[in-house]
Amino acid sequence: MRLDILNRGYGPGTKLLFGLIRVFSGHPVPDAAKLVFYRPGFYGARAKKFTHEAMRGPSAWTVADRELMAAFVSKVNESAFCVGAHTATAGQAYQDGAKVHAVLADLESAPVEDGLRATLRMLGKLTREGKVGAEDMRQVLSAGVSRQQVEDALAVCAAFNTTDRLADAFGFELLSPEGFEAGAKYLLKRGYR
Amino acid sequence: MPDEDKKRAAHRALVDRVLNGEGRASPEQRARAFSNADIPPPLHALIGKVATRPAQVTDADFAAAKASGFSEDQLFELVISAAVGQSARLYEAGLAALAEATVNGEADNAT
Repeated sequence: MRLDILNRGYGPGTKLLFGLIRVFSGHPVPDAAKLVFYRPGFYGARAKKFTHEAMRGPSAWTVADRELMAAFVSKVNESAFCVGAHTATAGQAYQDGAKVHAVLADLESAPVEDGLRATLRMLGKLTREGKVGAEDMRQVLSAGVSRQQVEDALAVCAAFNTTDRLADAFGFELLSPEGFEAGAKYLLKRGYR
Repeated sequence: MPDEDKKRAAHRALVDRVLNGEGRASPEQRARAFSNADIPPPLHALIGKVATRPAQVTDADFAAAKASGFSEDQLFELVISAAVGQSARLYEAGLAALAEATVNGEADNAT
């Protein structure tokens, strides 16, 4: 990572934990995990709580749908680490990696329900242009998405617009495909806490 | 607490901590990074990219900011402030558009 403190600025307890993760997972600790362990009182603790609430808290969206939203927002932001991580997680959650790749390649022709497609379209516009209007929201609502679901999707969008920026600014190292799959398994089992 | 309020409360707690909690960068510096406004060079290049085109951040952006006197811990905080700030604006913009599109909690499909 671009700041030495994020590579080396951890206390003995955290270093020991990173060592255990390496041994038991067979993979290095992902930079996304390291970031939230650095001075967690400043960012990590509250970021994990918000992200977990958005991604795993109660919602009419499935976990798979929300992971797909995370991957899609990350694709719009061109955040390679987060695209890799959440493409793998959404693929495992749906048990259908091809569906996730189809959405990222071409949303309009991808085999997803109209409500999810309209929601992803809106999140893409908001992330790309920094704004959306009432008409954009009416299109999502008229595709059968509830007001609550739109709010839930906006929380996912907020969480990943933060994480994407930090991944790219701090320079998260990409994982191997096996590393992303192992991370995905962890995220589906344990969430973001 | 309804679930949507739990999400928004958790988000507000994050924003509040980054802006107002204890830090190595001053609250004023963090507020400017959060807003991506009134940031002196050379830090403005790094913060501007974090806010609007994060994939283009380079080693040189960090090197220039460090050379101007910012510590790594200060840059850690200011980059986080910029990222949290931009996403908070997106969240607010989305929620405002949703509020405008709905009346009394129901979808307004009349227009």
